[in-house]
Amino acid sequence: MTALADPSAEGRFGEFGGQFVPETLVPACQELERAFHEAWNDPDFRNELGRLQREYAGRPSILTECHNLGRQLGIRLILKREDLNHTGSHKINNVLGQALLAKRMGKKRFIAETGAGQHGVASATAAALLGLQCKVYMGAVDVERQALNVFRMRLLGAEVEAAQSGSRTLKDAVNEAMRDWVASVEHSYYCIGSVMGPHPYPFIVRQFQSVIGEEARVQVRELTGADPDVVTACVGGGSNAMGIFSGFVDTRARLVGVEPAGGAAVGRGVPGVVHGMKSYLMQDEEGQVQEAHSISAGLDYPGVGPEHSYLASIGRAEYPSVTDEEVIAGFHYLCRTEGIIPALECAHVVAWISREAPNMQGATVLMNLSGRGDKDVAQMMQILGPTLGEANV
Amino acid sequence: MIPLEVHLRARRDGGRKILVPYITGGVEHWQDAVRAAVANGADAIEIGIPFSDPVMDGPVIQRASREALLRGATLHLILDGVRSLDVGVPLVVMCYYNTVFRAGHERFARMLSSAGVSGAIVPDLPLEESAEWCVTADAADVATVMLAAPTAPDERLPRIAARSRGFVYAVGLLGVTGERETLSASATAIAGRVKGVTDLPVLVGVGISDARQAGQACAVADGVIQGASVMRRLLDEGVESVGNYVAQVREAIDE
Repeated sequence: MTALADPSAEGRFGEFGGQFVPETLVPACQELERAFHEAWNDPDFRNELGRLQREYAGRPSILTECHNLGRQLGIRLILKREDLNHTGSHKINNVLGQALLAKRMGKKRFIAETGAGQHGVASATAAALLGLQCKVYMGAVDVERQALNVFRMRLLGAEVEAAQSGSRTLKDAVNEAMRDWVASVEHSYYCIGSVMGPHPYPFIVRQFQSVIGEEARVQVRELTGADPDVVTACVGGGSNAMGIFSGFVDTRARLVGVEPAGGAAVGRGVPGVVHGMKSYLMQDEEGQVQEAHSISAGLDYPGVGPEHSYLASIGRAEYPSVTDEEVIAGFHYLCRTEGIIPALECAHVVAWISREAPNMQGATVLMNLSGRGDKDVAQMMQILGPTLGEANV
Repeated sequence: MIPLEVHLRARRDGGRKILVPYITGGVEHWQDAVRAAVANGADAIEIGIPFSDPVMDGPVIQRASREALLRGATLHLILDGVRSLDVGVPLVVMCYYNTVFRAGHERFARMLSSAGVSGAIVPDLPLEESAEWCVTADAADVATVMLAAPTAPDERLPRIAARSRGFVYAVGLLGVTGERETLSASATAIAGRVKGVTDLPVLVGVGISDARQAGQACAVADGVIQGASVMRRLLDEGVESVGNYVAQVREAIDE
């Protein structure tokens, strides 16, 4: 079980969180909270979820120790391999839970937003498996840069709608999904893909992702005989980070969430309210939400889950950021040294570890490799060039 | 500022249905549109403060918000514009909560009252989150208009009405702002339910799309709010069209 605290009755982690939604959605959020608690305490639900995690998603995910990279950097680097899950990322953990919950609540239609497409693909997958009608909102910019994932969702039977408003990325996909939900709340279930949104979503998604940290805690102890010194993951909304942090928040491990420089909600934001939650937010003096700019669609988000804001505010976790250039180098580095192509989101973590290594000599660093890079290969081919420069021809 | 509840009650109790057009502050000719609406029979005006992420709004008001922001609209500039309006009916702002939160509750309430604004509608601040703002607003004589949605269970409505000031905003349908072909049955249903629990004026908004629908809604409600239908005309056709439309709606609800 996770050592993270439950939110308050008002859905707050410290001052963060809450339920800032239109009146229309309040009863649905309250119903969801009741349904989740019932399900989470029902052994049948947990057994069914556990069965799907094992037999469908491929859990538990393994650990891989990066001997080459670790030697070069002077650290002991261990990856939690969420990239090996069915659908290629940690998103399936949350989606299987929420899809089972939707069925249990008698909802026939499953709405999701997606950035890079990982949550959209996972949602389309779970909907296909469990017989739910699925609609995915994706920013028009992301539809273009993640065309392969769009086609995957369509193959799986989901309807994908390009969000044309605002910055046409993840933020706007969330807006469109919420607008759909306001209109369809009686028969639709909104499956939020990260530890964000109005209460109870940040809590629900964290609980469904806590399996990452629970497994990793046991696995790292088996491998090294101790808890890691550093636990790190990338942070957009922050679900993969919250998943792995949940296993170590009560240890002495340094918890590090790595943000993109162009979407550093904790690093550069101030508290604000959007998408149903109070949390750190990139915004101007007037409270207009600023557009994030990141090489990775999955982290292109100006906000962050409220529990991350809380962990930052009490000093339990830290949130450095890395630039797109560092990310590209990190991406390439993991490919070459370990034979693992990471999602661009996770390349942020490799970039931070590489930069920080001189200050972590001899430390055991556990990194959540939350997704695989197949979806990013076309984009990286454009950036790096198909021959990767003459030396590699 | 004109006290919102006193003003609206007086009109209602005088046998008049209440018409509240919505105008997004900061779009081209927005102040002229406010004047045209008042000249043609508006009883109060709702002024939208544009926000980057308007989740309760459909395409027309999203477009209006975007255009206003692109033209450099800010809270200060809009309130300066409001201050100079002097149209003789109450003005109520509609803004998303981050605008309030970012300014700070007390400062925001002061800004509104010093600009002569009578009330505020904050569509993403539901009952459970509203206490702190409402206390501050009450102290500044700014009426916080609460929304009542069709999804609200019966026990919730009296609590919403008790918290609401000025009037209660009954949400006409499940969905975001925008025009629809026909009036949703939920519009009169929610108006009737809210009227059953309060003596405050009850106005229906969201999805009241033309003069005929406004007339139908007013069979039960004390009045209507007209948003997307007004803003589409302002953006596409101009101020005169807004005036003509408000006059049409006035006539329909006066019948």
